[in-house]
Amino acid sequence: MFGLYHKLIYYCDKFTNMNRLLVLPLLLLSITGTAQIKISGKITDNHNKILQGISISIKDSYDGATSDSAGSYSFITTEKGAHILSVSATGYKPFEQNIDITTTPISINISLKEEITELKAVVITAGAFEASDQKRASALSPIDIVTTASANGDITNAIKTLPGTQQVGESEGLFVRGGTATETKIFIDGTLVNKFFYSSEPDLATRGRFNPFLFKGTLFSSGGYSALYGQALSSVLLLESIDLPEKTSADVGMSYLGLNAGIQKLSKNKKSSWGFTYAYTNLSLVYNFIKQKLDYFKVPVLNEGDANFRIKTSKTGMIKYFGSFSTTNVGFRNHDVDSLTMKDAFGLKNLYMYHNLSWKEKIGHDWKLNFGTSYSTNHDDITGEFQDGENKKQLLMGAPLYANKNFGLVNKGQYANAKVVFEKRLFNVSTLKVGSEYNYSNETANYTQYDGTKYPQTIKENIFSGFAETNIYVTNDLAAEIGVRTEHSQLLGKWNIAPRLSLAYKLQDNSQFSLAYGIFYQDPERKYLPSINQLHFAQATHYIAQYQKITNERTFRTEIFYKKYKDLFKTGLNGYNNFTAINNDGFGDAKGIEFFWRDKKTIKNVDYWISYSYLDTKRDFLNYPFAIEPSFATKHTASLVIKKFVTNLKTQFNASYTYATGRPYYNINYDNTTNKYKIFDEGHTNDYNDLSLSVNYLPSIGKPKAKSFTVFVLSLTNVLGFNKTYTYNFSANNQNKVAVTPPSKRFLYLGCFISFGIDRSQDEINNHL
Amino acid sequence: MKKLSLIALAISLASASFAQSDKYVSAMKGNIAQIDSASMEKGTELANNFERIGDAEKTQWLPYYYAAYCTIIQGMVEQDASKKDAIADKAKGFIDKAEAILGKENSETDVIKAMIATVYMTVDPQSRYMTYGPQIKELTEKSKSLDSTNPRPLLLQAENTFYTPEAYGGGKDVAKPLFDKASALNEAFKPETEISPNWGGPAIKYFLSQYK
Repeated sequence: MFGLYHKLIYYCDKFTNMNRLLVLPLLLLSITGTAQIKISGKITDNHNKILQGISISIKDSYDGATSDSAGSYSFITTEKGAHILSVSATGYKPFEQNIDITTTPISINISLKEEITELKAVVITAGAFEASDQKRASALSPIDIVTTASANGDITNAIKTLPGTQQVGESEGLFVRGGTATETKIFIDGTLVNKFFYSSEPDLATRGRFNPFLFKGTLFSSGGYSALYGQALSSVLLLESIDLPEKTSADVGMSYLGLNAGIQKLSKNKKSSWGFTYAYTNLSLVYNFIKQKLDYFKVPVLNEGDANFRIKTSKTGMIKYFGSFSTTNVGFRNHDVDSLTMKDAFGLKNLYMYHNLSWKEKIGHDWKLNFGTSYSTNHDDITGEFQDGENKKQLLMGAPLYANKNFGLVNKGQYANAKVVFEKRLFNVSTLKVGSEYNYSNETANYTQYDGTKYPQTIKENIFSGFAETNIYVTNDLAAEIGVRTEHSQLLGKWNIAPRLSLAYKLQDNSQFSLAYGIFYQDPERKYLPSINQLHFAQATHYIAQYQKITNERTFRTEIFYKKYKDLFKTGLNGYNNFTAINNDGFGDAKGIEFFWRDKKTIKNVDYWISYSYLDTKRDFLNYPFAIEPSFATKHTASLVIKKFVTNLKTQFNASYTYATGRPYYNINYDNTTNKYKIFDEGHTNDYNDLSLSVNYLPSIGKPKAKSFTVFVLSLTNVLGFNKTYTYNFSANNQNKVAVTPPSKRFLYLGCFISFGIDRSQDEINNHL
Repeated sequence: MKKLSLIALAISLASASFAQSDKYVSAMKGNIAQIDSASMEKGTELANNFERIGDAEKTQWLPYYYAAYCTIIQGMVEQDASKKDAIADKAKGFIDKAEAILGKENSETDVIKAMIATVYMTVDPQSRYMTYGPQIKELTEKSKSLDSTNPRPLLLQAENTFYTPEAYGGGKDVAKPLFDKASALNEAFKPETEISPNWGGPAIKYFLSQYK
């Protein structure tokens, strides 16, 4: 089923050779016996553009013609009397005209009115990177994600090769256009995912919990997104889960990180499926092999499982369930920043559960329903110990700075989300969506101080949201998306109203301009609560202008944006906790320009993309003494991702290179003399460079009868061994400064995946057609 | 050349004076005769001709079948991937109409549907293979099982195998026995009526000539 393009060589051959045979048929049609009347004219569209290949006919007869390259048509008919001349063409409104065929030739010029269709209509794209959608050009598919060398199979790591994102390596999440990671929210099938990433560990970026192959589509919006989404000041990442599998299959995976196995079963009538997988990860082998900066007393061990079912309820309806659980157990020691010989020991045990149920259905003639709900629980059991050189716990009751490094923290969270969207089709392809969303969270933090004193805390939040949005297509070339969202937070006791607006205008040759504007609101982060003061939502306003051109196998996109922050949360001292939100006096802005270029065409079997982001941002928030360039943002970031498949070797080679200018770092501390926060030290880290390589070897290719399919994966990050310093940690007395670096200079991954049933190699192969 | 002109002449002379069904058969024959000799622009014209016959007749599935065939062939040779979806949509509209009139699918409509799925897939193989790959295979197999004497599903399979790189289990040599079998079936194939599907012979010959 490959290389069908080559077919055209054959067909073209054939048709050119045979052209000489094409002489008579039309001529001959006129040699018939009865009286004949000629009907002719010209077919254009309403812009007076010539239309070729349009079929015109006398209704209910065989007589008719097809317009030629000049838009002209002409035919002879033997019909007599009153008839209907009819034209029907895809993309145009049907045309009919009564004619009376007598003895004189008839001449009729026809102007067809364009019909607005989904196929032709402009797609609103400002701010968004849409991937894997069947009908649209793709930016990143699941295969793209797992073959991005620097991503190590992690969704957000692959997204970090797209413009708008920062290369923050010391904590997880997507830092988009001068926003923090918490300003990006992630949704699966329209429903918010809480705790998308594995629980945070100090100075480490944890991975996302979800396998890229769970999703058929990815939409990454770096701003100006739809009114269907809220509580995210900067960005949303929308993941759409896969539908029914094509076949029943079983998978087994082995790597030096662990083992996994799974099964997906498709019912006989292909209307439903179920499946589950289980994975065990143990990093002891890895840590023996790759030297770690941290001293692990409990090497990370993960147990994870997931289960799903999917039921096709009608031609367009589908119910999907996905649930997963995971347990993590990890513990490590790091050098203490406040002392020369002491260590901080960190322990984390995590239990996480996630359930997502979604239902989409066409209801009635013009209505569609999308319903989604999710429920998750998270349990972190964190311990901190202050240890001496012999790894013995030191309480040091007399020195609170050190004593406080001995603590226990149990975080328990319960999260429930539900969203319903009704979509009504209006005139042409314009639509109206209305719906509501409910987000519930109940988070308890039980902090145990070194002396055994407990500080329990519970923060509950109920957010009710309602939204309406309409997509209006004025013509095929001009569309507007107008939306409004309102939210009520029980925690803050406040309402907000957020308008959103996008416009898209299509030019000739597949290029288009888009504009987007919107106001976005967000709750304070739970770790800064409870506050002693009355707070309200933080706010961001986005202005985005985009130019995009997508042609066959090539994409060019550039965006300029301006984002204004207001009412950001400031933190201050509040009892034992010096990170409590105290007011909404923070503010900031971000502006920049971004470029993206992807090309699968120029070099055979090579797919590459380049992205560049320029970001100019300042903000005053948390404990910043005034507006500064935040420590998670840098001016210039560029990535190059290349993939090449070598057919003879049955191997794909992937490389990615990322460069970013150094990020600012600050030592911000409370100054007891002025009773204010003050910057005691600041600077910029060295520039960030990373070159990663990966190789996928598919030995089963070429054995079509093989019952199983095998993929070997080898990847190595930071091949050239660049020194990466993400930021600096400072001692409480401002005297000591320690670089925050990756846990190991390089990371090597080696694994093997075997699939029985489904031939996953087809993904690989077709990736490189 | 001579033969073709004579046929065409015969058809044209006949068309006006005979009864309805003869008018239908001869119009169909006239257009079918042009398929193998059609240029690309002519493909649209032929599809339109067949559509007109189909619209006028209302109870015949073959006009829409041929309209779908003439349309999807254009989809296969179209080089601009962004145009392929619209062409395949159009072909799908025709074959759906043909099947609606037939009241079922048959070996021939399944071949066209496999070709349509092929065109959809080639727009963006990377993201569409998972959907259309198995469909192509399934439709080809179904077509074979509905009529084991039909050479066309085998021809499609053989062509696809021919253009599949050797490393992936395809290639000239693997395709050879498939073409041989398609050729044998084609020799033996007796179309139900004179306007029933009977295409593929020249293609089989063309491919077999590649082995000489």
